[in-house]
Amino acid sequence: MGDGALSVWEKSSTARVVPAARPRKLAKVPFVELADGRLQGVVSSGSDIGRVYVSSVAAGSYAYACSTNNNRPCGGARGSFCNHIRALVGEAVLQYGAERVGRYLKVEAGDGEPDAHSLTSAMTSTRPGSDDTSAAAQVFSRFLRHLAYLELPATTDPLPEMQWFPTAGFPTTGAVAA
Amino acid sequence: MVPDGRLPDDRGGGCLMRVDLLSDDVEGLDEALAAVDGFDEALVGGLLRPRPAQAGGLAGIADAVAGTPLASRVAEAADKTASGAGDEGHFVALAAARTALLGSAHDALIARVAEALDRPGVVDACDVSVPGDEHAANLLVAARSWLCDLARAGWQGIDHELVGGAAPVVSAMLPDPALRRPATLLDGFAAELAACCPGATLEQVPVRRWADLWARALLLTLPGAASAPATGEVTGRLLPLGADVQEHATAVQAQVHAVFEPADGGTPRLVRASVSAPKPDTVVGAGLWQLLRPHMSLLAAVSEERSMDLDAMPVTAEGDLLWDDARARAGEPADAFVTARVALPTAAPFDVSPLDRHPARIAVPVLVEGYGVTDGADGVVLEVAGGRLGVDAGRVPAAGPLTPEVVASSTACLGLLRWDGGQFLLQPLAVERTVRKRTVAVHAGAWAGGTTDKAGVRAEKAATDAVTVLRERAGKLLRK
Repeated sequence: MGDGALSVWEKSSTARVVPAARPRKLAKVPFVELADGRLQGVVSSGSDIGRVYVSSVAAGSYAYACSTNNNRPCGGARGSFCNHIRALVGEAVLQYGAERVGRYLKVEAGDGEPDAHSLTSAMTSTRPGSDDTSAAAQVFSRFLRHLAYLELPATTDPLPEMQWFPTAGFPTTGAVAA
Repeated sequence: MVPDGRLPDDRGGGCLMRVDLLSDDVEGLDEALAAVDGFDEALVGGLLRPRPAQAGGLAGIADAVAGTPLASRVAEAADKTASGAGDEGHFVALAAARTALLGSAHDALIARVAEALDRPGVVDACDVSVPGDEHAANLLVAARSWLCDLARAGWQGIDHELVGGAAPVVSAMLPDPALRRPATLLDGFAAELAACCPGATLEQVPVRRWADLWARALLLTLPGAASAPATGEVTGRLLPLGADVQEHATAVQAQVHAVFEPADGGTPRLVRASVSAPKPDTVVGAGLWQLLRPHMSLLAAVSEERSMDLDAMPVTAEGDLLWDDARARAGEPADAFVTARVALPTAAPFDVSPLDRHPARIAVPVLVEGYGVTDGADGVVLEVAGGRLGVDAGRVPAAGPLTPEVVASSTACLGLLRWDGGQFLLQPLAVERTVRKRTVAVHAGAWAGGTTDKAGVRAEKAATDAVTVLRERAGKLLRK
């Protein structure tokens, strides 16, 4: 830094930094994010429409956690990833792409193109422990904050600041975020 | 007006823009931007304990505004900041100096565009000064304090804790319509920073971009800065040129660029109409149109290629229509290319307010014809007599029929002339291409009001399902 001329990307006001989320079906996993050093999200219960699970996998250690939003532990998450966590990884790969998910979680997926299956296998093969510092309440409140965006009204007052956020319509290069 | 779309003179439908002028040097631009770069590089390392190179960047921006009314305040701010003693007032002064320099860059670039287009200039100056009020002053103070902490840490010093400090401010601001501008900016900026934490391991920093967002956010925290009230009402015919979409993870805005013909026969004007909404990050593609569609009937008019008749529609000093469906009704069919050939050359632009004078804000509707196309490593480029004009295909919305391939096979392109990364670029709004000896138009905003296109219907269905799931979840969980 500071030891030479800036590149065109560095001198761009509209440089693309974070790739846009890709469309996916939300019924099974309504919320996924790469945040706070974890892949975390909310997974719908297969049996009870009123229940959701809060699931997470930590980057690097792959320590996992899964519980209901009322803090009851998930019966499946003993000894290894439960189906909720597997679904979470699968949907994260759809939303962000396997490469970005793998990079964030620090997974060495071996040869070939990574996919949800290879990422999950690579993580479970290290026999990760469960994550006792579960941040279920925090993840759930982030999900509620996310849902609240639907309740905010639209406006026809112009937002000139959005000129700095052109749509990411077609694949662009130069994104740096993990 | 010429009804069949022929030009009112015999210029033969060729390119009416002197593209060669767009790639010529603009006097003073490099010097102004070098001063901006110097300051921006100081922000990379942070202003807590500036090193000599950073102090040089700070002195450089002070020198660059030495002949202006900002001179003494900025000189003091640069001096104090270089010694590690900069406070909020100093940072605001530095952000103002940077904004003024980019304002001068904007003016020089706009003057060059006017020369290349040979269009009418601004007919009335934008001199609205809005008195600052004390609305939500505590939130603006909190935002300013977060931005100053960011500047001290520098982009290489950001971590989750620091960046997370924006969340409560954004959450408190978003429901207040008067704070939508700073809230939306801070939200998008903080999400981007969070995705790049920790800053210490960043290989590459978007130096100009983050300094832009930081400086703009800081100035928006000053009382009255984000206010752009209506200054009049307009009645007449609105002829849409096309739709531009902007989005970050949790917000979307569509802007329709159009020519407005006053009913009293006055000068036609270049105007915009905008509609925006906060959104969950999983609402993308066609879902963006679905979110916005119910709030602005003009989006349907864009899809249907119609004009609209406006009756006392409020307008700001910058030519932004503050859209109200009750003051607009659908008019006759209007071909955007006819509008571009006949009405656009005579339409006068509005002035730009001081805070909005920035190269990234340049979006001048133009028509380019009579070009060859090269589609190589640097993307699609239009080869016009006397010059080359790069196409910014990345700005074309995914939920629409216009693709880079369609642009590459086009014969006429109606777009927004923009400037970024040191060059002018053309953002396509619509193109004409020849299919079986007939001229067919393809619009980026064709799906804005809805679509019967097969791929479009599929995208609409997927987007509807996504929002239905989220609303159902919100209904169950948010109101417990």
